[in-house]
Amino acid sequence: MQNVIEVQHLSKSFGNHEVLKDIDFSVNKGEVVCIIGSSGSGKSTLLRCINLLEKPSGGQIIYHGENILDEKHDIHAYRKKLGMVFQQFNLFNNHNVLSNCMVGQVKVIKRSKEDAEKVALKYLKVVGMDQYVNAKPKQLSGGQKQRVAIARALSMEPDVMLFDEPTSALDPEMVGEVLKVMKELAGTGLTMLIVTHEMEFAKEVADRVVFMDKGVIAEEGTPEQIFNNPKEDRTKAFLKRTLS
Amino acid sequence: MSIEYIISMITNNWPMFLRGAGMTLLISIIGTIFGAVIGLLAGVIRTIPTPERKLKRIVLKIVNLILSVYIEFFRGTPMLVQAMVIFYGSALAFGIDMDRTMAAIFIVSINTGAYMAEIVRGGVISIDKGQFEAAQAIGMNHFQTMWSVVLPQVIRNILPATGNQFIINIKDTSVLNVIGVTELYFQAKTVAGISFKYFEPFFIACILYFVMTFTVTLILRYIERKLDGPENYSMIGQPPPQLMLTKSNTNID
Ligand SMILES: Nc1ncnc2c1ncn2[C@@H]1O[C@H](COP(=O)(O)OP(=O)(O)OP(=O)(O)O)[C@@H](O)[C@H]1O
Ligand SMILES: [Mg+2]
Repeated sequence: MQNVIEVQHLSKSFGNHEVLKDIDFSVNKGEVVCIIGSSGSGKSTLLRCINLLEKPSGGQIIYHGENILDEKHDIHAYRKKLGMVFQQFNLFNNHNVLSNCMVGQVKVIKRSKEDAEKVALKYLKVVGMDQYVNAKPKQLSGGQKQRVAIARALSMEPDVMLFDEPTSALDPEMVGEVLKVMKELAGTGLTMLIVTHEMEFAKEVADRVVFMDKGVIAEEGTPEQIFNNPKEDRTKAFLKRTLS
Repeated sequence: MSIEYIISMITNNWPMFLRGAGMTLLISIIGTIFGAVIGLLAGVIRTIPTPERKLKRIVLKIVNLILSVYIEFFRGTPMLVQAMVIFYGSALAFGIDMDRTMAAIFIVSINTGAYMAEIVRGGVISIDKGQFEAAQAIGMNHFQTMWSVVLPQVIRNILPATGNQFIINIKDTSVLNVIGVTELYFQAKTVAGISFKYFEPFFIACILYFVMTFTVTLILRYIERKLDGPENYSMIGQPPPQLMLTKSNTNID
């Protein structure tokens, strides 16, 4: 299987606090990987290191056979191939729904406005937000904002989508609409890397589940292996805490 | 000092007052616009994240140092004194006889720029970190992020402070009479010198200053409301894609 991103010996420290320790990990094309683990275990940091919002302290990130931590590498060109969905949505406040999904295409990929608009509308339709093209972010509910954020990332037609707890900032009644969109996306063969606390969701959509604990990958495997037959004691303890 | 006297003073001298008010407006409008541009540029440069490469880092450090010196110097000295130093200094050092109006615009611009640089920096800092991260995550560089995402929000947020600066400029151009700029205060002083009356010309100038500043306040309020856009949005049924661009006001430049 062809891997899209491969992380080798990745480490990250904030001051003398070592948050990620020697992480080896890869995402294959078309795969849906869910990262689970307790709060503070480094899940967000791993995701943020992968798209270089945090600068890794050591190790390599291989993308298309190149180490993108190499000084010569164009990080902007790399980042536009990764879609990122944030816990806090982070829609551009000065743009309406449509231009949130267009501005990256026009500025970064240099698409014409006409093409960008077609692409944006296509993905807004996928997330069910095509009726709201004229709305400003502050006029939307949390669930709607997050669906627009997903459409914005998809509009860049990335190789991988990264999600950092996309439903954690949502009111319970809006979690479903976002997870539904993500399930549909998973079904289309999109490569996805998802940090989540939604265990049922992970069980259902993940091809592989990665359990992180204290800055290391403690265990990984199919949802069946992780949820039904965890080998490590810490995995068992974590699942007992969260599933009960 | 009677109403009649003031009215006759206006009817006799209105071209002078009007020219003075016009000059005051000209200097403060151009000065505020140039100052705002300087402030935006300085603010953008001063918020560039520390680069990886050593050479770039050193260049950025030097540029930032120059900007700091500029800002601190012009904020830290009176405009009146700056006007004297620049106007007479340029004559002394380079033998240039600066056009007085040009000198006035120059001084107000760099002065405003120094204040605006700090206002812009504050505005950039106050933008949610998530806006920067989202822009970076879709591959924008610092200038694209600034231009398409951050500055439009900063400009909206600093509009009240900019209006404030504009009003200060309208009032503070009066100090430029020291280099003989024929702004409103200079003209009022001239009228006073001719008529040997002091209260009336300055009273008229006072009213004119207030009319100018209050008009600016009202215009800026209007612009603020315009920028905030409508409270409501319209749902789109099945939009014909070709019509959308004009209708939906995408603000991508
Ligand atoms: N910018 C930062 N500066 C200093 N420490 C940080 C920073 N970001 C994260 N950390 C620390 O790194 C550790 C891992 O944080 P991270 O956000 O990756 O955890 P997480 O697994 O995503 O947790 P959660 O489930 O609560 O989101 C935490 O102890 C946190 O305090
Ligand atoms: Mg997190």
